[in-house]
Amino acid sequence: MRLAVCVKEVPEASARTRIDPGTLRLDRGGAATLNPFDAHALEEALRIKERTGEGEVVAVMMAPLPAADSLRKALAIGADRAVHVADDALAGSDLVATARTLAKAVEREEPDLILLGQQGGDSDGAVLWSALADLLRLPVVSQAASLELAEGKVAVKRQTEYGYDLIEAPLPCIVAVSDAINEPRYPSLKGIMGAKKKPHETLNAADLGLGADEIGEAGSRTEVYALADPPSRGDSVRIEGDGAAAEKVVEYLTERKLI
Amino acid sequence: MPTLVYLEDHEGELVKGSLGVLTKAAQLGGDVAAVVCGSGVQGLAAQAGRYGAARVYVADDPALVAPLPQPRVDVLEALVRERGFDTVLFGASVLATDVAAGLAARLPAGLNWDLVDLEVRDGKLVGRRPALQDSVYADVGWKGEPRLALVRSGTFEPVEGGGEAEVEELAVQTQDFSRQAVMLERAHAESEGPSIEDADVIVAGGRGLGSPDKFGLLEELAQALGGAVAATRAVVDAGWYPYATQVGQTGKTVSPKLYFACGISGAIQHKVGMQASGTIVAINKDPNAPIFEYADVGVVGDLHQIVPKLTELVRERRT
Repeated sequence: MRLAVCVKEVPEASARTRIDPGTLRLDRGGAATLNPFDAHALEEALRIKERTGEGEVVAVMMAPLPAADSLRKALAIGADRAVHVADDALAGSDLVATARTLAKAVEREEPDLILLGQQGGDSDGAVLWSALADLLRLPVVSQAASLELAEGKVAVKRQTEYGYDLIEAPLPCIVAVSDAINEPRYPSLKGIMGAKKKPHETLNAADLGLGADEIGEAGSRTEVYALADPPSRGDSVRIEGDGAAAEKVVEYLTERKLI
Repeated sequence: MPTLVYLEDHEGELVKGSLGVLTKAAQLGGDVAAVVCGSGVQGLAAQAGRYGAARVYVADDPALVAPLPQPRVDVLEALVRERGFDTVLFGASVLATDVAAGLAARLPAGLNWDLVDLEVRDGKLVGRRPALQDSVYADVGWKGEPRLALVRSGTFEPVEGGGEAEVEELAVQTQDFSRQAVMLERAHAESEGPSIEDADVIVAGGRGLGSPDKFGLLEELAQALGGAVAATRAVVDAGWYPYATQVGQTGKTVSPKLYFACGISGAIQHKVGMQASGTIVAINKDPNAPIFEYADVGVVGDLHQIVPKLTELVRERRT
């Protein structure tokens, strides 16, 4: 059983993120971490491996070279191997260019199951799995609140606007998991030490046979024209500490005749 | 600008979000067509005309019974290629998002998602997309055609114009891999539990409550305020509270006069379900929680202390 987990790096939640006004891309210079949503996909892969007692978990990432630290975190948490696709030519890739790159990287691994997190913590995108599935011509199930594996099939409880569906798909397939599917483990000290010894491969676009017109800005069909401030919600009030917080809230709501 | 709008249906009705997108497409002008995919869905086509579609394509096939994305990608691909649509619009949902992303890869085409507005500027389609927890808005566009767009749920209201659509049935052909995922059980609308959509006041709880029994604190506050209790997806999936109370992208969209968000970080999936609320009060111990970006009153503190105190104060005022 080979499990591939697609991961990405996102800015730390506490970091002051911004979009570079020159390139109109996310400034990835600040503190960054493994996308928290992807930790749930990795955790699910590790649990499947532990339940079945065999298998290999490969973390696959497309990101600039400095993101290797986040991939190493995936190894520290428990992935057996890491594949890092890094190439300056990938900068500015949109959904389809990104999916093309990851499809090539994942395909090499010949996985039985490909897992993704529910969204990018930076882009709020929830689109990659379906694009990836189409390129790999594999079945896909998203919004998995639970996942069972038996007899070469996955059974997924999918949450939609109407409740829970039960969907079955044969392996190999792609499943995008919700962040409620499990509670991800933290890397142990032993895991952190051991991560340095695990295989950590770095590939470029040429290694994957990707042409310059398929990736990066040249391979992308969306663009950003301009940035603007969001519409204001009006003045907001910030109350710190527990002391008189309840009184202040009640006062605010009473003044506005809301209670 | 020949535009195609993907219409989603559920239990014999066209989904409001996709009709809103159709309304918007008709306002933007040009030739607007819509497509309905399912089994036994011919009857829905007439409805689409009233919201601005000049032509409605109906893909009616047993392969389209279950609301699964991949067979729908096959239908849309053929339609876009054969009829030369340069724009395809979707109202975001679990299903529509997966269809749009699969179609983007298939054609290939540019897909912009989470749009909160669409306009034609100098003959060019421009979308508006919030980014970085909605702290900045980006004007986004497309290089080449077709252009694919997913509109954030609840963005455009459907408006009936009263037109009549020409209906055309499509021959449906699906690919082998598109039919491999099958639905064993389909969700039904749950009717139990209080309706949160009609409540003037909602007290909502998330993972920050710590444990399911803490919903008791919220129930008491809701009772004192004459409101209803709601929950985030995370706690619903974890089984802490019923699905019928879920607010957010895959739950209900609510707009009460007053919304308390207790122990809710306020990720975008939750926000889209409650951002139209009149006044938003957020209580969270994490000062960096995104919910504070759009709360009217942000309380950085322990909800386990603050909520019971609030209940007490509200009760005092009421007596």
